[in-house]
Amino acid sequence: MNGTVRDTFKCRKISGGRAEGPVLISKDRVCFYLAEPGSGKIMEKGHDLEGKSIAGKILVMPSGKGSSVVQADGLYKLSKCGNSPKALIVKEADTVLVSTAIILEIPMVFKVEDGFYRKIENGAIAKLDADNGLITLGGH
Amino acid sequence: MPVRLNRFEEEMLHGKYGEGVSLAMRVLVGIGETFDAERLVDITRAHVSSSSQDADIWFAEKMADLGTTCRVPPTLNPNFDFRYIDDHLFETPEKGKAMITATNEAYKKLGAIPILCCTPYFEQNVPGFGEIVAFSESNATVYVNSVIGARTNRESAQSALCAAITGKVPEYGLLLEENRRGEVLVEVEADIRSEFDFQLLGWSYPLKHDGFEIPVFTGLKEKPSPEALMNFGTQLNTTGVVPMYHIVGVTPEAPTLEAALGGDEVKAKVTITKEDIEKTRAEFYRKPGKIDFAMLGCPHLTLSQVAGIARLLEGKRSMVPIILLTNSLTREMAQRMGYLKVIQRAGGHLIPGTCVDIPSCWAPFQGKTGVTDSPRCAYYNELLNITFNIMPIEKCIGSAVLGEVVE
Repeated sequence: MNGTVRDTFKCRKISGGRAEGPVLISKDRVCFYLAEPGSGKIMEKGHDLEGKSIAGKILVMPSGKGSSVVQADGLYKLSKCGNSPKALIVKEADTVLVSTAIILEIPMVFKVEDGFYRKIENGAIAKLDADNGLITLGGH
Repeated sequence: MPVRLNRFEEEMLHGKYGEGVSLAMRVLVGIGETFDAERLVDITRAHVSSSSQDADIWFAEKMADLGTTCRVPPTLNPNFDFRYIDDHLFETPEKGKAMITATNEAYKKLGAIPILCCTPYFEQNVPGFGEIVAFSESNATVYVNSVIGARTNRESAQSALCAAITGKVPEYGLLLEENRRGEVLVEVEADIRSEFDFQLLGWSYPLKHDGFEIPVFTGLKEKPSPEALMNFGTQLNTTGVVPMYHIVGVTPEAPTLEAALGGDEVKAKVTITKEDIEKTRAEFYRKPGKIDFAMLGCPHLTLSQVAGIARLLEGKRSMVPIILLTNSLTREMAQRMGYLKVIQRAGGHLIPGTCVDIPSCWAPFQGKTGVTDSPRCAYYNELLNITFNIMPIEKCIGSAVLGEVVE
């Protein structure tokens, strides 16, 4: 993507706030309990993001997974170590993921305009304004 | 569409009643927006599956420190009675004790009711038909929806606490009539009768059909006991996610198959055969031979189950500790009725307020082998490297008396 081109996409807020950072895309659903809190690396065997760190990323994923206890605990431990994602962009959310993101104050949005998923690539800088339902994609 | 709020709800959201209430409202409105709820509705009861793990303690303490209390005081899940365990079984790890104490203190400040029981629907927090509630703890969610006909979504501990704080839930999902109808037709060919048969059926169904739809079970030959239904819902939510089911002729929203389906088309048909059940039964014998202990009560044992165990143990002496988990009410009744002394003389421990899944406290059992009647108990403890053979209560007790797995 060219650094000067900017694209803005509408989305819907689940958890409010703003964030800016590099995009990381997961094809698989993410269970935060299976990430190492000290590094933010996904440890789950065979996962699309196995060995990659979600720390400080704008994490784009289909949805969360795992029981209420482990999902909340996982994201909490990452946050406490400063290794949580900066924001979450999901296709679907469940009750557990919604409540966890809001109480940990991690911006999260869903229902992003169609073109977004064709444009995004790993490492591109995304600027998320969850309160106003806008995502802006910049260059790398 | 944003969720419509009335004046009181707006005030709660915008901080008139404090930051904790406002945070709870943000969570509920966020969930409502995610699921396209049009409004919030009042709840009359709540149950919080407090887990005594890091995030649970953090959130409860955060709410307590903000001075928040619950408009609808929720009942609480069990944790770990380390006073009893320290006196009779082993020294609870200090870290575990600290986590339990922190959990209990935080929830006390919030005004929660420490029944420390995972089956509140039997005695201590019993909704009626059609009542709107917020129950987390998957075995409780499924029981109150399916067996009682009360209405709750599958809450997390945190969302249920937010509901208890505000007295509100967003109206979506299983709160609405049209989302409570059966979607998958399950023909049970296997002969399912005993309480343990329902553990097997509950475990087996999601392995055959992996989906979030509401199943309708037909072909059951006998009316299941409350304990059988407790077991059934628990296991459905161990291998699967089934916050509601129907059994035709048994559960209140399924007097007939037509009523259960509500005129909708069946999305899938599944048959549970004798072979499916026998395959599960065989898989449950994991490490035959000598055992270190027996553990029953996931979910908590009822008084009738405790009575049955006392009959089995009358005049016997167990080779290994028999750990029996229940709530304090049932323990008190067991004492009054004479079951407790029979159990204790035989080497059994009837422990109140304790859950099999508190890893920080059960750590001393790491590497040991036991017997249990609950597949969920076995599943949770795989993480701690505790191996369980899963069999009916009678066989668990027989194995404990002998010190090894009976066939």
